[in-house]
Amino acid sequence: MARINLDHIRHAYGPNPTKPSDYSLKEVHHEWNDGGAYALLGPSGCGKTTLLNIISGLLQPSEGKILFDGKDVTNLSTQERNIAQVFQFPVIYDTMTVYDNLAFPLRNRKVPENEVDRRVTEILEMIGLSDRAKKKAQGLTADQKQKISLGRGLVRSDVSAILFDEPLTVIDPHMKWVLRSQLKRLHKQFGFTMVYVTHDQTEALTFADKVVVMYDGEIVQIGTPAELFEKPKHTFVGYFIGSPGMNVLPAKIDGSSVDLDGQKVALSFAPKIAAGAKTELGIRPEFVRLGREGMPVSISKVEDIGRQKIVRATFANRPIAIVVHEDGEIPAAPKITFDPAAINIYADSWRVGGEA
Amino acid sequence: MEKTWNNKAWFMVLPVLVLVAFSAVIPLMTVVNYSVQDTFGNNEFFWAGTDWFIQVLQSDRFWDALTRNLIFSGIILAIEIPLGILIALNMPKTGLGVPVCLVLMSLPLLIPWNVVGTIWQVFGRVDIGLLGYTLDAIGIPYNYVNNVFDAWVTLIVMDIWHWTSLVVLLCYAGLVSIPDAYYQAAKIDGASRWAVFRYIQLPKMKRVLLIAFLLRFMDSFMIYTEPFVVTGGGPGNATTFLSIDLVKTAIGQFDLGPAAALSLIYFLIILLLSWIFYTVMTNSDAQS
Repeated sequence: MARINLDHIRHAYGPNPTKPSDYSLKEVHHEWNDGGAYALLGPSGCGKTTLLNIISGLLQPSEGKILFDGKDVTNLSTQERNIAQVFQFPVIYDTMTVYDNLAFPLRNRKVPENEVDRRVTEILEMIGLSDRAKKKAQGLTADQKQKISLGRGLVRSDVSAILFDEPLTVIDPHMKWVLRSQLKRLHKQFGFTMVYVTHDQTEALTFADKVVVMYDGEIVQIGTPAELFEKPKHTFVGYFIGSPGMNVLPAKIDGSSVDLDGQKVALSFAPKIAAGAKTELGIRPEFVRLGREGMPVSISKVEDIGRQKIVRATFANRPIAIVVHEDGEIPAAPKITFDPAAINIYADSWRVGGEA
Repeated sequence: MEKTWNNKAWFMVLPVLVLVAFSAVIPLMTVVNYSVQDTFGNNEFFWAGTDWFIQVLQSDRFWDALTRNLIFSGIILAIEIPLGILIALNMPKTGLGVPVCLVLMSLPLLIPWNVVGTIWQVFGRVDIGLLGYTLDAIGIPYNYVNNVFDAWVTLIVMDIWHWTSLVVLLCYAGLVSIPDAYYQAAKIDGASRWAVFRYIQLPKMKRVLLIAFLLRFMDSFMIYTEPFVVTGGGPGNATTFLSIDLVKTAIGQFDLGPAAALSLIYFLIILLLSWIFYTVMTNSDAQS
């Protein structure tokens, strides 16, 4: 296992990139800790798979360096980097047995057969396929095949990191939970460095210690699930994480007072905002209180999602979502207040904090 | 639940039945008719039973021709299948090279069979043919007209030139359908070029290879036009395959009875061998 440094990495698929929009992956400068579990989260086409392939060595970055434990590996092949990768669709060698599938990476590396047997038996145990060792891999279910893909990565004792490229796409929903918790357990037990690409926020938030949110070829925020939820650095993070996403309302800011199309909200701090920036107020639906006091809203729809109700309303001429507890009362003349601690202010889509 | 019976359905299959009757059943039965009777013209027929079959099966002519067929099919399969795979593996996967290669590969397949025969017949001639003349000029004795070995080499090279493309195209179709993730995973697993071929490409090509194998076997076993044009079955009877022998018997000697019997035996051999190959190959697939 290794610590991975991405040193000013940029990547463009076309030749001779000149302007920022030529880059599929804008500058990434980041360190992945040894033994960390990271999720790369973002919508399709945001560059997360590009970044993953750069780490695994399937792709050479246009610019920048990659270091494993301080050693420059930018020009090394995937094999030399000792990376394991699990792909979106399970890759198994159809004609081999489950055992041979797992032994394949070791045999290719000329590991002595008794060592191969020891490792493979151990991994079979770990992924729970011991009873199928002698079966052909072809007849297995998608989740079992995906476990074999994972197992082929784990079987090498010296892997620097395990990369996952949306590995649960083809798995049934109920198996997703099982596999994810198994992964989490394996991670705790063996301390692999794991990077997990997904566009599913639940997957990212439950799997990773640190979630890296990407948007339009750029890393917009790296943080724990709680940080992403409470203090989204970018309006995209606010919108992408959470269901429903954060309410983002255009706001005029004057010192510590905010004007939302005529409705005034007081802040506990005075954000410093550059002149001419587009300013917005972000508040999660969970922190909007619906009651008889505060600012008037008109409710258009109430969605009952079981333990909660999502109220869709119009506030200050903008749509707003409010989360109300299932027993929560919806008054006839509804008014809302914002939880002052949960208000985020954005200038040109980036968060301006009072405290940091 | 009660099954609905509806005899109108028969009308739906009627056109197919009529077509098949005219295209296959009636001609085949005519052959069967000839094979069990003797005729001296004038539409007079005498019952011959299995005589013609026994005569054909006891003749050296039949067994010699059958042996030639088997050797020919064996040789061209042993060359065309591996060569086809090799070419398919080396064809470009992206870019301008793809359509160029595909068109080049398809060209031999588009040429009518007797034209292929004529091309090679002329190509190999020692007096005016490019190949024959060149070989002769550099001192290699080559004459497909009176040398058995040369005649065989010419026919085999011609068949390879004509039909390897088919194997290539089928294999190529199998290869391009392999998702990139397999190659990436193999890279990560440290697989050698040979291992990638053995464990990824070959298994994925298995189905198309089965089709290629069957098609090439059946076609080469029925080969007629090209050897007829190039060698006419000679020198001697060295390249007289079953099909050529059949035409000689039926049209040359006008022995309709033995020819019909030979046709049916020929047909059954191809059917039987194809069925055996198919069963063996699909069974090995089912076991895995």
